[in-house]
Amino acid sequence: MRKFDTKVQHLKYKVLREVARFAWQDSLLDNILRIPEIIVPGKIPTMRCCVYKERAILTERVKLAMGGSIDKPNVIQVIDIACDECPAAGYDVTDSCRGCLAHRCEDVCPRGAISFDHNYVAHIDKSKCIECGRCAKVCPYNAITNRKRPCQAACKIKAISISSDGVAKIDDDKCISCGACVYQCPFGAITDKSYILNVIDLIKNSENNTKYKVFAVVAPSISSQFTYAKLGQVISGLKELGFFTVVEAALGADMVAYAEAKELYEKGFLTSSCCPAFVSYINSAFPALKEHISHNLSPMASIAKYIKDTHENVKVVFIGPCTAKKAEVRLKTVRPYVDSALTFEELQALFDSRDIDITSLGEDVLDNASYFGRIFARSGGLTDAVAQGLKEHGFNDFELKACTCDGIEECKTALLRKSKGVLPANFIEGMACEGGCIGGAGCLTHGEKNRAQVDKYGKEALEKTISDAISLLK
Amino acid sequence: MKVTVCIGSSCHIKGSRPIVETLQKLIAENKLGDRLELAGTFCMNKCREGVCVSIDDKVYSVSPQTAEAFFNENIKAKLM
Repeated sequence: MRKFDTKVQHLKYKVLREVARFAWQDSLLDNILRIPEIIVPGKIPTMRCCVYKERAILTERVKLAMGGSIDKPNVIQVIDIACDECPAAGYDVTDSCRGCLAHRCEDVCPRGAISFDHNYVAHIDKSKCIECGRCAKVCPYNAITNRKRPCQAACKIKAISISSDGVAKIDDDKCISCGACVYQCPFGAITDKSYILNVIDLIKNSENNTKYKVFAVVAPSISSQFTYAKLGQVISGLKELGFFTVVEAALGADMVAYAEAKELYEKGFLTSSCCPAFVSYINSAFPALKEHISHNLSPMASIAKYIKDTHENVKVVFIGPCTAKKAEVRLKTVRPYVDSALTFEELQALFDSRDIDITSLGEDVLDNASYFGRIFARSGGLTDAVAQGLKEHGFNDFELKACTCDGIEECKTALLRKSKGVLPANFIEGMACEGGCIGGAGCLTHGEKNRAQVDKYGKEALEKTISDAISLLK
Repeated sequence: MKVTVCIGSSCHIKGSRPIVETLQKLIAENKLGDRLELAGTFCMNKCREGVCVSIDDKVYSVSPQTAEAFFNENIKAKLM
């Protein structure tokens, strides 16, 4: 049984689990300094140069598991001492260097970083190289390559730079908190802040849901997660943790699809508002297109609003694959409805912090939404749902020309074309993660079967149309 | 009078929607719309007894088949 894709996720999970374990027991403050040693006991290092560095990094991880510093608002943070400063990356001369006479590379280098060996082959002195890339551009054999650092390669919107001391640095004004770098950094040096302590407090202070009721709203991508157990067992596990009940965010997606179809029909052009990272990207990189962002709340916020409007004295915790949701729940428009957000990684840590083996539990049920609400979890699902919404509204005179953007790079291209007036579409579905939400950084596992899993789960929904699913809400 | 139908997962699977539709239809036919409030909730903590329908604070177990009888007995009889 494999719970995670990488050992980095596993390490992060262990920290979350230990922090949560002590928090449930009300003994976190007494034990906080012990956590690094609990995770890395003994004297033999397994990850870094020595156990002391391993523990120093773990101390930073503990801080972030507890919510991190309030002075640093971004939910995505670099752990400076964990950054390997990737010495292997940067500009390198490959075997293709012919040892030519021209030496254009040497001529354009502003720092004199290039020298030649006895075979006339070029070498780059890393201590002098400033990674300007001029040598690579002028080499007639394309013999100089730029091996990008994994974090920079993952960040398609170029929000990561390298500081003068070699450590990765995030430009918070550009960062959309999608978490791509979190998932890609092989050293786990970039990570998302966790709000598990808030959630534990919410559950504990509810005194078994008597003071107020704590609702869990789960994202439809859950169908591709926790593959070692049945979905019904995950729902039982959530109730075992102390949630009063569990509601599908996909029902909010049904509400959004229906409302967004109408908004699109009235306005003629729209960009989707479900993916918080995509919305944040438009706001920061394409402010002129802001007016086209759908005015609907996201599925998470829509269903949470419905829950709060119809129930007294409730708290709502969203559980999903997404690090950007942690930023979305802080927005003024969303804050009144969603009290906290967790990732699936964090949910796994919460289960294990209470030694809840979900495979041993009975199967509860989760069924609120339609097929269309559920397929929002994968790229293209939102477009299918909006098309269905148009049909169910009876807007037959409107032809949907959707531009389905899978991943932030495709979003960028579509938005650029729209801003130049050359996009032949009237609707942009923007999903920052490749594959859609199932590619989210907070997923336990990312696999090729996940898309099929989401579709299968969609087909199992009791309600087949959007109107049927939302008819209960009126 | 406040009539609340549970639309949480467990009750939904057992037929919340047909029950709501039946109640809506009967309320309209009997012109009781302004005398009661029909609402939804996500859980009444009695999932085994679903579909749960409460009238004010009392919870009843209803199924799509018994929805009409439930209406006649507990809603119509009390309001008319």
